[in-house]
Amino acid sequence: MRRLLIAVPFLWLLALFIVPFAIVFKISLSDLAVAIPPYTPTLDIAEGWAGLKAFFAELDFENYIWLTEDDLYWKAYLSSFKIAVISTLLTLLVGYPIAYGIARAPQEWRAMLFMLVILPFWTSFLIRVYSWMGILSQEGYLNQVLLWIGVINEPLIILNTNIAVYIGIVYTYLPFMILPIYAALEKLDISLLEAAEDLGCSRFSAFWLVTVPLSKQGIIAGSFLVFIPTIGEFVIPSLLGGSRTLMIGKVLWEEFFSNRDWPVASAVAVVLLLILIIPIVLFQRNEQKQREANQ
Amino acid sequence: MKTSFIALAATMAIGATAATAEEVRVYNWSDYIDEELLTKFQDETGIKLIYDVFDSNDVLETKMLAGNSGYDVVVPSGTFLQRQIAAGAFQKLDKASLSNAGNMWDVIADRTASYDPGNEYSINYMWGTTGIGVNVGKVKEVLGEDAPIGSLALIFDPANMEKLASCGVHVLDAADEMIPAALAYLGENPDSHDKDVIAKTEPLFTAVAPYIQKFHSSEYINALANGDICVAVGWSGDILQARDRAAEAENGVEIAYNAPSEGALMWFDQMAIPVDAPNAEAAHKFLNFIMDAQNMADASNYVYYANGNKASQPLLEEDVIGDPAIYPDEATLENLYTTSPYPPKVQRVVTRMWTKIKSGT
Repeated sequence: MRRLLIAVPFLWLLALFIVPFAIVFKISLSDLAVAIPPYTPTLDIAEGWAGLKAFFAELDFENYIWLTEDDLYWKAYLSSFKIAVISTLLTLLVGYPIAYGIARAPQEWRAMLFMLVILPFWTSFLIRVYSWMGILSQEGYLNQVLLWIGVINEPLIILNTNIAVYIGIVYTYLPFMILPIYAALEKLDISLLEAAEDLGCSRFSAFWLVTVPLSKQGIIAGSFLVFIPTIGEFVIPSLLGGSRTLMIGKVLWEEFFSNRDWPVASAVAVVLLLILIIPIVLFQRNEQKQREANQ
Repeated sequence: MKTSFIALAATMAIGATAATAEEVRVYNWSDYIDEELLTKFQDETGIKLIYDVFDSNDVLETKMLAGNSGYDVVVPSGTFLQRQIAAGAFQKLDKASLSNAGNMWDVIADRTASYDPGNEYSINYMWGTTGIGVNVGKVKEVLGEDAPIGSLALIFDPANMEKLASCGVHVLDAADEMIPAALAYLGENPDSHDKDVIAKTEPLFTAVAPYIQKFHSSEYINALANGDICVAVGWSGDILQARDRAAEAENGVEIAYNAPSEGALMWFDQMAIPVDAPNAEAAHKFLNFIMDAQNMADASNYVYYANGNKASQPLLEEDVIGDPAIYPDEATLENLYTTSPYPPKVQRVVTRMWTKIKSGT
């Protein structure tokens, strides 16, 4: 019975991570072909042991070598990393005060404020990103309002630039930042702040020395929840970004659709996964530490 | 006894659902049919029609090569069709069930045979040219009365583009159409597969890329019609649709389409049936329905593209059959070129160059 219980999460991991990863990894070692599916070799089980041997003999790391030969790939990885880091910081900057506000609000308001954060999620993500196109375009609402107030004389060009991508990402991932920070702040013991003030701390330094360190776990959790999906983001840069927004998700799309080169596309995906595993492992370790600290 | 009864009930149930829910799934280009034809097909045949759209051959091809797309009829363009046939993505048409096959136009069938020998796998739906749409008023305002609106110099001469940038230029996000155009401008063979020849187009694009607002293959219809942009390199019928939308809106925007004097790409969108189509029989019925002279004429009258159906020509409206932008005269026809698919190695060079042109990296 106990073994069975332990087996469940492993089966989960096997079915939803290891098997798909193995398939992608296998394709990344294959060669391009004009066929369905568009790569060789495919495993022919009917041929038994000889087929298996021939199958493995044809696999090689050529596609990974290709990735190192063209500067497009590492530039795209780097640019995605940069966009993900900046977006995470911006989301933190916007999300923390909101989480703080909700945690400090009177008890009876909290449920409603919480709803306000989650409510936009009831609309399709795609529609929400599309509506930003309407807001940010040259003839869009934002420019119309700014022109009307008289802040600007010429419409601002925001859509199809990196600024629009940052706006889209911060907007989309904000709840992922707010929720864990809120969870951390809500548990915070107010008497600690009172003690700090009794001991001569100003309100600001009490916030900086007591509140922020105690919500550190929430900040870390929120940052990872934003950073990890952002680095591979495709929809937001392709709708809001311009042709000069370089992200690995777009490169992957082009390998897959324009070149129809599934093997190279798979190699790009495997490398992306390896890059992401590092923060994920750090995240896991952090979670574990927190659990141990709580015990 | 009991089990056989259950088995019987199950077969009956399956039989019943199959009979009531016969359906055919069609995957066609966006803005590419008169929707009334879809209703008409359902009324005539009783087959439920599920109609999805795409705006790039790349997306269609990836679905085809992945297999099991679930579609019964798809509409790839010539070069893409040729490669997908080679990959084994389509089934041969059952000519016996296509009673309207006699309506097809041999002039077009001869040309499409270079992609699909003997037209065994596909029928022509529409064909057209890739050219330049301009907002006549705005372009003349920027470049003067003698603006070269009928020439590729409009988009490949940086001196023109620098001025046009202020009123907005969109270019198709399709390397396999834009590179042949650039080669035609340079006086090279547009269908060249030589990497060194193709590389000659890069400086041409790099010089004008900063003045191009967007590389996109469908947004330009609205953008031209609304007056948001003044020049678009696009597909003939799409630009003519923009022209008509602007005329209907009476917003003072006058759009004109020209197949460039240096030569223009002639393309063919072909209807084909995937090898794993769930309902190939209904797919043939749909193809036969489309090949009907009246139906094809209705489709062309609606989308402003020429079709490969000879019998439909008397039924076309005068502003379709009589418009040389849609049905080119002999002289223009001479000036049109076709292309063939790039081999994978060349395709990679082309895509890489295109990414570099668009992103600067």
